[in-house]
Amino acid sequence: MTTEVTLDYPDEVVTAAHARYVTLPEAAGPVALITLDNGHDHTRPSTFGPAGLRALLAAVAEIETHDPPVAAVAVTGKPFIFSVGADLGFRSSITEANRVRPSLDALGRLGHEAFARLASGRLGGRRVPTFALVNGAALGGGLELALHCDYRALSAGIPALAFPEVFLGLVPAWGGTQLLPNLIGAEAAVSVIIDNALSQNRTLRGSKAFDLGIGDVLLEPADFLEEALAWVGRVLRGEIDPAAERRPVQRGAAWADAVARGRALADAKLHGAAPAAYRALDLIALAETADRDSGFAAETQALADLSVSDELAAGLYAFDLVQKRAKRPVGGPDPALARPVTKVGVVGAGLMAAQLALVFAHRLEVPVVLTDIDAERLDAGVANVHREIDNLLLRQRITADQANRYKANVTGSLTKDAFADADLVIEAVFEDLAVKQAVFAELEAMVAPTTVLLTNTSALSVTEMAARLTHPERVAGLHFFNSVSVLPLVEVVRAARTDDATIATTLAVARKLKKDAVLVADAPAFVVNRLLTRFLGEVLGAAEQGAPIEQVDHALDPLGLPMSPLVLLSLVGPPVALHVAETLHATFPDRFRAPTSLARLVEAGRGSVYTTSPDDTQIVDPAAAAALRSAAQPPTGAHPPTATEVREAALRALAEEIHLMLAEKIVAEAADIDLCMILGAGWPFHLGGITPYLDRTGISEAVTGERFAPPGVATPPR
Amino acid sequence: MFGSARGSVRDVVFVDGVRTPFGKAKGVYAETRADDLIVRVIRELLRRNPSLPPERVDEVAIAATTQIGDQGLTIGRIAGVLAGLPESVPGYAVDRMCAGAVTAVTTTASSIAVGAYDVAVAGGVEHMGRHPMGEGADLNPRFVAERLVDPAALVMGSTAENVHDRYPAITRARADAYALASQEKVAKAYANGQIQPDLVPMAARHADSGWELVTADEPPRPTTTLAGLAELRTPFRPHGRVTAGNSAGINDGATGCLLAAVEVAAELGLPAKMTLVGYGFAGVAPEVMGVGPIPSTQKALARTGLTIDDIGLFELNEAFAVQVLAFLDHFGIADDDPRVNRYGGAIALGHPLASSGVRLMTQLARQFAEHPEVRYGLTAMCVGLGMGATTVWENPHHDAAGNSAATGGTATATATS
Repeated sequence: MTTEVTLDYPDEVVTAAHARYVTLPEAAGPVALITLDNGHDHTRPSTFGPAGLRALLAAVAEIETHDPPVAAVAVTGKPFIFSVGADLGFRSSITEANRVRPSLDALGRLGHEAFARLASGRLGGRRVPTFALVNGAALGGGLELALHCDYRALSAGIPALAFPEVFLGLVPAWGGTQLLPNLIGAEAAVSVIIDNALSQNRTLRGSKAFDLGIGDVLLEPADFLEEALAWVGRVLRGEIDPAAERRPVQRGAAWADAVARGRALADAKLHGAAPAAYRALDLIALAETADRDSGFAAETQALADLSVSDELAAGLYAFDLVQKRAKRPVGGPDPALARPVTKVGVVGAGLMAAQLALVFAHRLEVPVVLTDIDAERLDAGVANVHREIDNLLLRQRITADQANRYKANVTGSLTKDAFADADLVIEAVFEDLAVKQAVFAELEAMVAPTTVLLTNTSALSVTEMAARLTHPERVAGLHFFNSVSVLPLVEVVRAARTDDATIATTLAVARKLKKDAVLVADAPAFVVNRLLTRFLGEVLGAAEQGAPIEQVDHALDPLGLPMSPLVLLSLVGPPVALHVAETLHATFPDRFRAPTSLARLVEAGRGSVYTTSPDDTQIVDPAAAAALRSAAQPPTGAHPPTATEVREAALRALAEEIHLMLAEKIVAEAADIDLCMILGAGWPFHLGGITPYLDRTGISEAVTGERFAPPGVATPPR
Repeated sequence: MFGSARGSVRDVVFVDGVRTPFGKAKGVYAETRADDLIVRVIRELLRRNPSLPPERVDEVAIAATTQIGDQGLTIGRIAGVLAGLPESVPGYAVDRMCAGAVTAVTTTASSIAVGAYDVAVAGGVEHMGRHPMGEGADLNPRFVAERLVDPAALVMGSTAENVHDRYPAITRARADAYALASQEKVAKAYANGQIQPDLVPMAARHADSGWELVTADEPPRPTTTLAGLAELRTPFRPHGRVTAGNSAGINDGATGCLLAAVEVAAELGLPAKMTLVGYGFAGVAPEVMGVGPIPSTQKALARTGLTIDDIGLFELNEAFAVQVLAFLDHFGIADDDPRVNRYGGAIALGHPLASSGVRLMTQLARQFAEHPEVRYGLTAMCVGLGMGATTVWENPHHDAAGNSAATGGTATATATS
């Protein structure tokens, strides 16, 4: 037993459990219908905190005394929302370290108690069937409540049904790991609990959840509740037996195989770096044979253990960043200053220019003109965008009419006078300051004084690019990440003389492009590329000193990054990486070493350090490896760094660089750095981006003498 | 002319009708949208008639008196889209105040008769709690300046008092007795299970108490007594006769029906619960709008070649007891004639303006099935601003159904096509 705690949570938005009684034809009594409703509209979904769970218990107690006795208990939600599970604010509200575990343990047990009490249907010595009428979003604990019930009706309008726990650093701990595999089999349960959670928190629509066997019936949303209650009536009258229709669950080898597949998935994504997925898999394995009580007790144990984990604290912090901070960029001017953008110009017709043109045409739905001085390249660029639009149509992301509209909107021009009536022009030409200055000067002669001029430079100074213009205040950076359609981040660069209207317009455009923007100052390589380059420099440095390529590349595996540094290098492309590295080396030669090995790799024409062997496996390309190794031998007596040394050096370098970037006011706060790394580099929630990890491992204090955030913010309270 | 009716018109049958239970304004549906009510009705009509492919519906005509907010923006089209009908099915909105649903029926039925449609959904919705009668109206000042209508014409209760003035024989006591009988007949029809089959249960949300399932009408007051009725105030005139007890209330609800050409119904295996014989609309002085059903019925009878004595069942809307009594007196029918409003009427069930007309038809259809000996029935109702609306139907269960010259379609079917 753990310490008894009172589950206080004064800030809880309590989800009420309203009980009413429904008369169905020829039923043995009224059906108690519980509505979960937190009193807000669908933009504030219902959650379960301690008071909400107690309200559920009180509702069942009231139903128990109802006269005449009820024939069944059903539970549904307010419009569009069933329940989105545990209130995440509860864990974050606990600031005393010694209360975290007992509080979460108690909440775990209270949830089990409330759900079992409702769903067991035991009322005053009788047993009545229980139904979940899942009308809308059902996440985490909401889905668990539904799984506890005897029968489930799903609305085809459910936008999201999922277990996001593992994504955050938790496990489904109110029955999910035990009930789901025993309903739909371990294979499908692993997909829902592990695979989806680790795939950017993928969710299921109602019809897909029904296909997996999570629901007994799928009903259209227009009159879901009425028809669901009619279905309850048919079950109560014995006209149908949904349980008999369920697919049998395969046990034994199939179960073990599913858990093994889950482990392989987790290993591939996490390399053991975060515990939640593995705890969830242990629980799914247990669920094959465990009785309910011991299975549920194991869930509560896992919840309590994870409640004090570094990874959960980081996960909750990261979730808050991407849910809230990403939607309201810190330091942004009044959004009302934004000017309308009705036509966009793209200077250049290369690969990046085409990607930009596509996203502008698709999301802003305005005319987009590409220019290039070379007619052949221009035609190829426009054709490239048109082909991508056709691809969107083929993938049914857009309709045929939209495809026609976008293709008609994307045109090319050999001269920049086509930009005369553009409200925004973005350049994606060769990364050379003089070239870009010339482009902007040429543009200024064509466009209105208020036309926003943007650069997609990854490393050059935006301030210098604008320096010679009559209206430098309308120049800003809008730095996308490759590939533009996949990575959600854009860095919005405020140069020395950029005005608020330009920033407001750029932020508004970023939002319409469905990108999350972080405002950054005009400093070489901004945030993501600067940190990745610093980090990569340490890895390449180790290779130069003779450490085996595979060993240095896998030195960071314990962090659970989405890909190893040298795989990332091949994705970015060595020439781009070299350009950024050279710029940073020129600015900060003491910290960013000369990228000589990278230069040799580019010179050798190698796009990747890896190649495919004849037997179809990934191996280090010997030519690339040779290029990376320094001609100069390491000093005598020195040994090549070990993996641990490489990792420590890389992390120390990150801590130092972030500390300096904050001092330089590149971004408002460390949280913005983390947001950039999560959204722009795909760094994982369990690291909280990166600064929570540097704090909790003591690296930040060791390197800089201070933490990035006090305990309790992105790390467990102390 | 349309090929399917060339040289003739086609008989139109009432396939099926359903409605939501009616609610009191600010009652069960206080937090339920009007469009959700009518959507539920349309879906139920299709659900009850699975042999009808939804794409065969050629029109969705939905009436509402106050066509704004959740009753606005062409409610017939909005409701069709929300109900999940194929996008190829068009829809429109109808307004003739209380006779909205009646007009939706007569208009689409006429289009079926001439061969423009095969199948139509017609109905009405009125959420008087959300949209009080006259909400947003902007009356032309000429009405007052030129005394085009009596100022009382716009207050329905006052027009009912005026009808009492016109027919001194209709006393408050008679009106109250009629109202009590309406309550009693509704209670009896409920007890006999004659109302429930035509209702579609409606889930209604309450933010502070959760969802409920509305399965019965909210307005009836089965404990009504004559003594209780006698004590009620007369809000429209001091010492008047019109009370909340002998009038319909302020209500929310939706109704709908399926209409089809008789041969299309046969082709699709749809039932024919009634056959349209004819209809009539007529205008009267707006300040005595309650007498409207008298001339509209005369017109309908004249044009169908029937007399009042041919009518075996009457479904009269009870906006006010006095206007029903005026109708009955005119046609020499007793206040308690068993042919009239066998299941009671709007005084007990409620009168969500534009929806009520189809309730009358649905109840008439059920009574036709119960009474195959009756050949003809009619529905009639008064309409604001001085109108009446009457529809006349033949009972397909009657032995002679379809044989007589009285059914317009059959009569002209002998013409060459």
